[in-house]
Amino acid sequence: MTLKEEGNSRFLRIVPREKAFYFFTSIGNYTGESAASLKEFMEKINTVSIKSLEFHMLRGDFEKWVTDVLEDKELALDIGRLRRSNLAGDKLRSQLFSAVSRHYEEMVAPPEFRR
Amino acid sequence: MKVKLKNNSILLDRTDLEILRALQSDSRKTYSSIGRQLGVAHSTVYERVRKMEQQKVIKGYTVTVDSEKVGARNVVAFMTVYTDPKETERVAEKLAKLSNVVNVYSSLSEELLIIAKVTAKNQEEMHEFIANSVAPLPGVLKIRTSILTKKFKETETSIIG
Repeated sequence: MTLKEEGNSRFLRIVPREKAFYFFTSIGNYTGESAASLKEFMEKINTVSIKSLEFHMLRGDFEKWVTDVLEDKELALDIGRLRRSNLAGDKLRSQLFSAVSRHYEEMVAPPEFRR
Repeated sequence: MKVKLKNNSILLDRTDLEILRALQSDSRKTYSSIGRQLGVAHSTVYERVRKMEQQKVIKGYTVTVDSEKVGARNVVAFMTVYTDPKETERVAEKLAKLSNVVNVYSSLSEELLIIAKVTAKNQEEMHEFIANSVAPLPGVLKIRTSILTKKFKETETSIIG
């Protein structure tokens, strides 16, 4: 396994429930949705409320979780760029999903198809 | 008037209840001042209090601290935790062990809920606490939190009316 592949499997792992990402809509208001892996995180972007995405985006929670828990700095930088562009509503959802899914597809793709 | 406490044979009369009421309003009141207030000797008050302590009718004396003045935990919230009914008891017990949680109750309205009073230094600490210590507990389905903004009344529950 190459270093790159080792890194990818780390980013793709399922983390324990105490390290999962818990989606809130405001301080202390938990939606009941959580993500314990990059794949699950990507899927939840399409299903959680816009309010929840905006809440976490504004606070920088997504970047923090991706950096601290998934240890995926490259994806954290992509999300940080999105945060600074102050997107909201459906535009935020679609651009966030496209950034995360592009990153995910790259990691699960066979080596010859990667960037 | 005699009051028989449930599940044991302790009998409290009107004087006992008046002493409890006086101590609940101010537990630093002296036996003499309570005696004067009730028209009984201070030795009577002393004996009654000692007896109620021995019988664990009086479980202790505490201090009510104004957390705002000591600058400790300024943010107070009521947190409603929706749980899987099979896990409610376990979640409530776990919450009761956390230092940010002041009170924990279970309630059966339309659903079985846990209601807890929670404190934190600021809103960020409140959020971190709920996100990192409450949401991940197995059986937690959803959390609704109301941060309190103004206090109109707050007293300890009086069991003697």
